[in-house]
Amino acid sequence: MAQDAGIDTPTADGGSGDGALDGGGVRRRDFINIAAVSAAGVGGLAVLYPLISQMAPSADVLAESSTEIDLAAIQPGQAIKALFRKQPLFVRNLTAEEVKKATDVDNNASEFSTLRDPATLAERTKPGKQNWLITMGVCTHLGCVPLGAGPGEEMSRGAFGGYFCPCHGSTYDTAARIRKGPAPRNLEVPPYEFTSDTIVKIG
Amino acid sequence: MSFPWAKQYTPSHPAMVWLDEKLPLPRLIYGAVGAGYEVPRNLNYFWNFGFMAGLCLMIQIVTGIVLAMHFAPDTGLAFDSTEHIMRDVNWGWMLRYGHSNGAALFFAVIYLHIFRGFYYGSYKAPREMIWLLGVTIFLLMMATAFMGYVLPWGQMSYWAAQVITGFFTAFPLIGDGLKEWLLGGFAPDNATLNRFFSLHFLLPFVILGVVILHIWSLHIPGSSNPTGVEVKTKADTVPFHPYYTAKDGWTVGLFMVIYGLFVFYMPNSMGHPDNYIPANPMQTPAHIVPEWYFWPFYAILRSFTQPLLFIPGKLMGVLAMFASILVWFFMPWLDKSPVRSAKFRPLYRKFFWALVLDVLVLGYCGVSPPEQPYILLAQLATIYYFAHFFIIVPIVSSIERPEPLPFSITEAVLGHDGQAALAAKG
Repeated sequence: MAQDAGIDTPTADGGSGDGALDGGGVRRRDFINIAAVSAAGVGGLAVLYPLISQMAPSADVLAESSTEIDLAAIQPGQAIKALFRKQPLFVRNLTAEEVKKATDVDNNASEFSTLRDPATLAERTKPGKQNWLITMGVCTHLGCVPLGAGPGEEMSRGAFGGYFCPCHGSTYDTAARIRKGPAPRNLEVPPYEFTSDTIVKIG
Repeated sequence: MSFPWAKQYTPSHPAMVWLDEKLPLPRLIYGAVGAGYEVPRNLNYFWNFGFMAGLCLMIQIVTGIVLAMHFAPDTGLAFDSTEHIMRDVNWGWMLRYGHSNGAALFFAVIYLHIFRGFYYGSYKAPREMIWLLGVTIFLLMMATAFMGYVLPWGQMSYWAAQVITGFFTAFPLIGDGLKEWLLGGFAPDNATLNRFFSLHFLLPFVILGVVILHIWSLHIPGSSNPTGVEVKTKADTVPFHPYYTAKDGWTVGLFMVIYGLFVFYMPNSMGHPDNYIPANPMQTPAHIVPEWYFWPFYAILRSFTQPLLFIPGKLMGVLAMFASILVWFFMPWLDKSPVRSAKFRPLYRKFFWALVLDVLVLGYCGVSPPEQPYILLAQLATIYYFAHFFIIVPIVSSIERPEPLPFSITEAVLGHDGQAALAAKG
């Protein structure tokens, strides 16, 4: 019937058709078949890349942003919230007592070893500026904003005097280290530098 | 696809004969949900929730499509356009309240449908595929409901997006990148809202597709029934139409009364007032809780406050929360008892009710603040939840001595009539 229609159809045993090689082996049609399916498969996978990648943060979101903060007005014991990369940033002026609470843990080896994410206050602040605790205001558990930096939240800083996340009860100390609750890590310290005694540049 | 005694579709009108030859769609419907589908005669009201769930999906799709005509998925406009729907759009308040309360009632109906499946062993062979597709539908519903909740861009919307995408940061190495990819940024923002709108529009149609597969696979063995005894003779079944269309119609009426009560008299009773405050990335609401239908899973999530087996508490919580639903997929194989219905399984029945109580306790802990004694209670309830599936169900199904099953569905129905029962027993 194929011959009637003027079309040469290869059969499974490779005995006829122009794609057949004498004595078996790879037929031209097999090669074309594999090449076409492979091209379609690889092409299909290649198209997946832009489809997946388009969901990642776009260029304007990624564009490096930096924020400058004037520390002059922040009294000891006070904290403010600023915005960095569309996320809250905590800037806190620790009192001498709060600094001591944090360094007491650093200097007590047995207590320090109980920290979930060990880091000293000195490692989390700049030299000579130990009272300036600058961290992201994003709980490392599921991303809520902990209490303790906003106006009127001084009484909601949790059992360790730092910050307290109301969502799932993560409690941070005065070096913003995780001490209790489900969060796995300390509040993140973003890259920053002091451009003068009272101006700090984040990012 | 059906029993040999099922009625065949025989169109009489010439136009219908013509259509049947070209596209036998009426034949498909007749056989699937019409007089051609033979159903056990002894179904109780728990079998009505499948039909009602289908109705709920339709309500959500219809109200959702019209709401989308007035909503703007942009962080600057979403909250205001939602209020525009509530205040300015003709009947907008009814459509939006119908959609938000419809979602909650959809979950109520689905939970009763799942309850039926667990109690009567609907997941057992030969109906495993129906069950697997059903659990898939439930997972898709959860994703859809979550993304819909984000759209009004109120405080609860925003923080739901933050917390739920935060689950993914629990995974080591890839976690943070995965969250940024899902959000399209470092925190929920316009990219997030836009993609959630797109997916919230898409997923109900995916659900509809899986529902069709769910019904298709149901129609191969046919519906189960409260005795768990398979259909044997014509006397065991009645045609879906008119018997069960009428019965389903009656409960649809009841459903509409309850639905109407919520939509018209207490439309915000299941909502949260904080969601009428526009999203504020700088301030987490003091007490964030998900909608009631997620409370038990939320309680499991936050039960893990300490590392377990060297896995951080946060990751354990996320894994346990996903596992608490994924374990349902394994029910057909965890439960080894050949008897389907808990009616004839005295021991399993006790543990079944204990699980129901456990889930209610989890729900109570999920809505309570994260402090003692709720944390400890949730931890105990979480342990029991997993013990039920991995220890109790396999052991009970191995050691239990079930009660005698009725010979047939007909005997079970006419059992009150002593003679019929005796005659059947011969």
